[in-house]
Amino acid sequence: MTDTTELVVRPQRDRIRRLSTTVEALLFVAGEPLATKELARALEATEVEVEAAVEELQKRLDDVGSALQIVAIAGGYQLCTRPQHAETIARLLHRESAKLSRAALETLAIIAYRQPITQPEIEAVRGVSCSSVLRTLVDRSLVAEAGRKQAPGRPILYATTPSFLHYFGLKDLSELPPLEKPETSETDTAGDPAGTAPATEPP
Amino acid sequence: MSGLLRITTEQPRFTLPTYEGPLDLLLQLIRENEVDICDIPIAEITRQYLERLAQWQAMDLVVAGDYLVMAATLLEIKSRMLLPQPPPPEGEEADDPRAELVRRVLEYAMYAAAAEQFRSLEEHRARLFFRNAIEEPDDYVLPVQAGDLTAWELAAFLQRVLAGAGVQSAEPVTAIVPQQKVSLRLKMAEILRRVRRSETGIRFHELLDDAVELMEVVMAFLAVLELARTGRIRIQQRRPFGEVMLLPQEPGRAQDADHD
Repeated sequence: MTDTTELVVRPQRDRIRRLSTTVEALLFVAGEPLATKELARALEATEVEVEAAVEELQKRLDDVGSALQIVAIAGGYQLCTRPQHAETIARLLHRESAKLSRAALETLAIIAYRQPITQPEIEAVRGVSCSSVLRTLVDRSLVAEAGRKQAPGRPILYATTPSFLHYFGLKDLSELPPLEKPETSETDTAGDPAGTAPATEPP
Repeated sequence: MSGLLRITTEQPRFTLPTYEGPLDLLLQLIRENEVDICDIPIAEITRQYLERLAQWQAMDLVVAGDYLVMAATLLEIKSRMLLPQPPPPEGEEADDPRAELVRRVLEYAMYAAAAEQFRSLEEHRARLFFRNAIEEPDDYVLPVQAGDLTAWELAAFLQRVLAGAGVQSAEPVTAIVPQQKVSLRLKMAEILRRVRRSETGIRFHELLDDAVELMEVVMAFLAVLELARTGRIRIQQRRPFGEVMLLPQEPGRAQDADHD
């Protein structure tokens, strides 16, 4: 880095540092993920500056050993506690986290990779009726109706929600774990035996 | 299910593996037998599958219809494999009667594996705690302090209410004011009764539905303000210009005013 660039970069760096403090304030009050765009609008800064400020803030939180961290989740940034405090916090809040059943997870997985999808299509994959588990997922806002399929009976289509991303700590759907075919003797030679796997790239 | 009378002094305890359906059971059997999904020994797997269903029935467990459908499918495939087949046309492979079943098991296995990944994502995420959003100012009692609103602002709101109720207020009142039929006290009592009778509160505009005269609208408006001021009802408006809801006072707070 030459002296001249140092002169140009320095004020910019001070600005990012100031912005990062304000970002902390915004994330503190928001209580929900804030998208880069929202932060940029509130800060009257560019999105590039916001990204730099978020990074700066994360670095500062790391450096001072803060109990808080920033996560990229459900389409935005949000402050949360670090995992090592989980047990203590759970004791304070007397909170038993209600885990999803295996049926619910299977159904969610099918919806997540195949959305939008109808109930009969889900049931065809699982081989069992899914009405009650679907209702639970809709009640928990992990899944929502997403219009109707142009097919006889116009069945309801289901898709995942931002709450789904938040529940699993994903920033967006591209962060879904890649869908992997089970190991078979033909896995290496045959392409996709199910013929349904969407092209999901690992993040 | 047998019709035998069973007298047991001690209930045997079972821990049963749970299955998410016939495809899951099939997949487990395939894994237990360490056979290739694409080359299922159909006779053996069918035998074990039916054996498992018979065990459940012996234990008085209701076997869901889905499992029976799969049993029928397995038997059908088994019988088709026993039948001689016409030779396939030149250059094509013979149809494997198992192909559709294999496709379904593979597809199911893929999502079952994804579900396991979701489980670990869930566990990771459950260790992070987030602040709740600051409460929306939904439930607070009439936020207006004396002096917060000018008479003009109140008048403007009244105009909107009147317009909504279909009362033409632009016309100057030229008639001789008739004897007031509705007293403020009566109107207050009526509104309080209606609010308390409803579980979820009533819409402000409902009060105006049966108003014929301008004066009644005015009275309703004043009565609501008075009831709110004296803490006998709560007023709630979820968003600017939204529906104004009149709610009964919470039990704890209404006691002093609840004797009538």
